[in-house]
Amino acid sequence: MNAIETEGLVKVFGETRAVDGIDLEVSAGTVYGVLGPNGAGKTTTIRVLATLLRPDAGRARVLGHDVVAAADAVRGCVSLTGQFASVDEELSGRENLVLLGRLLGFRRRAADERAAELLEAFGLDDAADRLVREYSGGMRRRLDIAASIVVTPELLFLDEPTSGLDPRSRNQVWDIVRALVAEGTTVLLTTQYLDEADQLAACIAIIDHGKVIAEGTSGQLKARVGSGRLHVRLERPADRPAAATVLGDLLGEDVQLEGDPARLTARSPDPERAGAALTALAAAGIAVAELTLGQPSLDEVFLALTGHPAEPAPTTEDAA
Amino acid sequence: MSTTTTPTTEPVLEEAVLRSALSNRARPPRASALAASVTFGWRAMLKIKHVPMQLFDVTAFPIMFVLLFTYLFGGALAGSPREYLQGLLPGILVMTVSMITIYTGMGLNTDITKGSFDRFRSLPIWRPAVLVGMLLADTVRYLMASAVVVGLGVALGFRPDGGPLGVVAAVALLLVFAFSLSWVWTVIGLRMQTPESVMQVSMTVLFPLTFASNVFVDPSTMPGWVQAFVDVNPISHLTEASRGLMHGNVEADAIAWVALWSVALLAVFAPLTMRLYRTER
Repeated sequence: MNAIETEGLVKVFGETRAVDGIDLEVSAGTVYGVLGPNGAGKTTTIRVLATLLRPDAGRARVLGHDVVAAADAVRGCVSLTGQFASVDEELSGRENLVLLGRLLGFRRRAADERAAELLEAFGLDDAADRLVREYSGGMRRRLDIAASIVVTPELLFLDEPTSGLDPRSRNQVWDIVRALVAEGTTVLLTTQYLDEADQLAACIAIIDHGKVIAEGTSGQLKARVGSGRLHVRLERPADRPAAATVLGDLLGEDVQLEGDPARLTARSPDPERAGAALTALAAAGIAVAELTLGQPSLDEVFLALTGHPAEPAPTTEDAA
Repeated sequence: MSTTTTPTTEPVLEEAVLRSALSNRARPPRASALAASVTFGWRAMLKIKHVPMQLFDVTAFPIMFVLLFTYLFGGALAGSPREYLQGLLPGILVMTVSMITIYTGMGLNTDITKGSFDRFRSLPIWRPAVLVGMLLADTVRYLMASAVVVGLGVALGFRPDGGPLGVVAAVALLLVFAFSLSWVWTVIGLRMQTPESVMQVSMTVLFPLTFASNVFVDPSTMPGWVQAFVDVNPISHLTEASRGLMHGNVEADAIAWVALWSVALLAVFAPLTMRLYRTER
């Protein structure tokens, strides 16, 4: 069963077609990653699916309910963690969770118990009674996610859950997402970080200018770009110019010299050439310390598909 | 690398505890409209508990207003401050409570700019509950301001001929009007980009309403065109009704006007608020 199905979803703001005909199919019980730069339409898509915005054209069904005709039914089974922490800074962590518990229909005592359970699970029990204003970015994010699962939803929208977090906090958020999916929740995650989509998502849609430009597993997307990379580390940095010549001749590709004076990298369209490269380097008397064959990074995939890098850059886009 | 985060060490999340918390899927029956509204009211009360400075506007301002106007204008306008206070106090009460109604719009706008609203709007609850709860909590603020104004007035020599019952009736009427007036500010709160601009627009509307009224002086000394405005100004009607109730000589007309204004404001601005609330920004 699909948790989300959209057909030709469109959302226009003035002149900008923020979402311009998006078709998605998200299988239940998986993490689906929506990857794209700032302004690609990720947040708008999530807001339409969470019933905060009405689509201008197209259809979207969430867990079998139409987001326009049955908005209330959708709200009853999804949760949203927005891009900017939507917890109340002037309340304590515990009060935030009790508030949501009561709004969702728990009686006072049940709301208190659920809040305590989540605070413990999310490593927030020590800070439970401090005002959220005093929380670190990672704590705030965890509370934000906890607030979204006071009643564990069937589908959770996470809009850039790790933007601005340090690596340790980011790993904690990842652990939470993995645990959620293991317990049967479907997660739709947007991110600008290729690494994050790679780590978490079973299926990834790359969107740019409001359109899905590629979809598939991380491996499929990488295969679309076609070539892997050969990474070589030499015993002696002095051999590098010679090694670059050998590899360049053999592979017919540009060889890239890395920051480490003993390393070099070349695009290698065919994995079998790796063996040939090793042989050729040995024949030239160049000692190799390490040779690995890597897939292209999602960064390269994005660049290959869109012609521009995925990392946020100041955009001056004119909507057609 | 130096960071400014709190010194708490980030704990390691226990997978078993995490899984058990996430597997708890009990979904209670939906909160009723009343329960949701009361919960939002509770939220506003918690904020007052954590940031008591929020009560500055319902305590310090009323005290300043009563003292300033009584002693600055009293002698000149009515012969003595004590004499002036008898007519001024119900008016100051109306003015004070009307002024603090604009904080409703600011609070709403702050919630929107901070993102709390997205979450509330994605919850399966009775949609006006956020606003109704906010207004319920504001009623508590209005009551506090009323208690401060009346208490200080009595200490300074205000003697309502209508007795405590008259005062209570006047405050009750004021609360009804304030509830209706608040919906004007919620519209502004939903339309404006920042809390500051909400404040500016609201003050621009409210300032002429409170001053071009019968709160401070007898309108018969004003030029005709000002009088024409004062006569239709709801603040004038409310002041007249409050004076009448407190001093036991109320005219049904004044109360009818206030009721009419309250219904009209509510009928226009409450649906408008809900419409803006439902649509996007």
